[in-house]
Amino acid sequence: MLETLVNEVLRPLWGLWLMVLFLGIVFWAYRPKNKDRFESYGDIPLRDDEDKER
Amino acid sequence: MSSNTEATPYCEDVVKKFVLAATFWGVVGFLAGDFIAWQLAFPVLNLDLEWTTFGRLRPVHTSAVIFAFGGNILFSTSLYVVQRTSRASLFGGSGLGNVIFWNFQALIVVAALTYVLGFSQGQEYAEPEWWIDLWLTVIWVLYLIAFAGTIMKRKEPHIYVANWFFFSMILTVAMLHLGNNLAVPAALFGGDFMKSYNIFGGVQNAMTQWWYGHNAVGFFLTAGFLGIMYYFVPKRAERPVYSYRLSIVHFWALIFLYIWAGPHHLHYTALPDWAQTLGMTFSIMLWMPSWGGMINGLMTLSGAWDKLRTDPVMRFLVSSVAFYGMSTFEGPMMSIKAVNSLSHYTDWTVGHVHSGALGWVAFVSFGALYYLVPKLWGRKELYSLKLVGVHFWVATVGIVLYITAMWISGIMQGLMWRAYDNLGFLQYSFIETVEAMHPYYVIRAMGGLLFVLGALVMVYNFYKTIKGDVADEVMQPSTAGAR
Repeated sequence: MLETLVNEVLRPLWGLWLMVLFLGIVFWAYRPKNKDRFESYGDIPLRDDEDKER
Repeated sequence: MSSNTEATPYCEDVVKKFVLAATFWGVVGFLAGDFIAWQLAFPVLNLDLEWTTFGRLRPVHTSAVIFAFGGNILFSTSLYVVQRTSRASLFGGSGLGNVIFWNFQALIVVAALTYVLGFSQGQEYAEPEWWIDLWLTVIWVLYLIAFAGTIMKRKEPHIYVANWFFFSMILTVAMLHLGNNLAVPAALFGGDFMKSYNIFGGVQNAMTQWWYGHNAVGFFLTAGFLGIMYYFVPKRAERPVYSYRLSIVHFWALIFLYIWAGPHHLHYTALPDWAQTLGMTFSIMLWMPSWGGMINGLMTLSGAWDKLRTDPVMRFLVSSVAFYGMSTFEGPMMSIKAVNSLSHYTDWTVGHVHSGALGWVAFVSFGALYYLVPKLWGRKELYSLKLVGVHFWVATVGIVLYITAMWISGIMQGLMWRAYDNLGFLQYSFIETVEAMHPYYVIRAMGGLLFVLGALVMVYNFYKTIKGDVADEVMQPSTAGAR
C-alpha cells in the first residue's frame, strides 16, 4: 500500500515536491516577520574584528 | 545585538601557509597554462619529449589552477572566515591544520609527477590514480572535521551565509570525488599498481564524469568562491551584504539546480535525449540564482561606488562578480542544444571556461588575497595599492585578449566544421580550421602571458608587504578610518 503510494504517486512528481520545498524556503526567507532578524545577520562579518571599536 | 569582542584568538598560522601556497601554485598553474597555450600555437614547444607533451601538461595546468591554486584559496579563506564569523578558533588547532596543509601540498606534487610520467585515470579533472584519490579522501575528511568542528563550537548563534556556501562545497565535493573515482585497482588482480578501471563503462561513465565535472564547476569553483564573495565583499566595502534574505534564496536555488546541469556536456551523444534536455533545462534555470547572486554582490556597493575608483582591491572583487554574471549568462546560453551544436568541441568552450576561471575565480581570489595578506601579517595596508591597480589592468587586458580570441576562433572553427559546398561536400578539411585558428592561438597565449605578469606583480607586492615595507604613495586606502 505504502509502496504503491511512493512509487506511483510520490516518485513521478519528484520535481514538484522539490519545487514546493524550494518555494517554502522562498516564502520563509521573505516573510515580513523574519525580515529584521535575517537582515541583522548581514552584520556578522562586520562585527568580527578584535581591533575595531564597535 | 551584543558586540562580540572577547572571541578566542584565531588560529591564523595555518591560514597564512595556505595563502602563501595559493600564491605559489597560482603562478605555477598560470605559467603551465600559458606554456601549453604557446604549444598550441607552436607545436615545436612540445620539445619532442614525452613528459612535456600537451597531453601530459594539460592536466598539470588544470589541476594546478583548479585544485592547487583554487584549493589552497578555499582552504585559506574558508578556515579564516569560519573562525571569524563563528567567533571560535579552529577546531583541532594548528595541529590538525598543519596535517591538512602538508598532506595537501604533498598530494599536489605527487599528482603532478604522475601526470608528467604518463599516469592518468582518464577522467577529466579527476586524473589522479586510485591511491592518490584515497589519500585525498582522507585529507578532505580532516578538512570537513576542522570546518564543521569550528562551526559546532561557534559563539555566534547564526551560521553566516558564507559558511553555508563553504560547507556545501565541502560536502558536495566529497560526494563527487567518491562517485566519479569508483574504480577497481588492477593491482587487486595481479596487475600494475598504477592502473585502475572505472566501474562504469560507456555512456554511464561519461554521465558520471560530467556529473562530477560540472559540479566541480558548480560547487568547487562557484559555491566555494561565492562564500568568498559573501565575506570579503562586505568586509572590504565595510557594509553588510545588500540583502541577506536574497542570499538565503541564492544559496538554496543554486543547491537545488546545479547538481542536474551535467548532461549539457553530452549533447548529441549516446546519452538519452531526455537526460540531455533535463540538463539543458536546469542549466537555463541557473540563470536566476546566478544573477540573483551577482546582483546581491554588486548592490552591496550601492552608496559606496566611489570605492571602485579609490580602492583597487575592491575593483578586483567587484569585477570578479561582474565576470561571474557574464560567464553565468554565457554558460546557460551554450547549454541550449542549438547553440551547443555550434559551440561544442570548439575553442568557444575554452573561452567560456576561462572567462569564469580567470575573471571570476581568480579575480575574487586575488581580491581576497589582497585583503588577507596585510591582515594576517599585521600590516596596516598593502605595500602598494598602486601595484594592485597595475595588476588589475594587466590581468584584465589579458583576460579580454584571451576570451575575445577564443570567441572568434571558436565560432569560426564551428562554422568551418559545418560548412558545405553546393555539392554537399564538407567545405574545409580539419587542418584548414587549425591553420585558420593560428593567429587567435597566438593572441590567446599573449593574453595568458599578461595574466602571468599580473600575478608576478602581486607576488612582489606580497613580498614587500610581508617584509613590512610601505611604498611612498599619494593614494590613501579608502578603508583606513572609514566610518
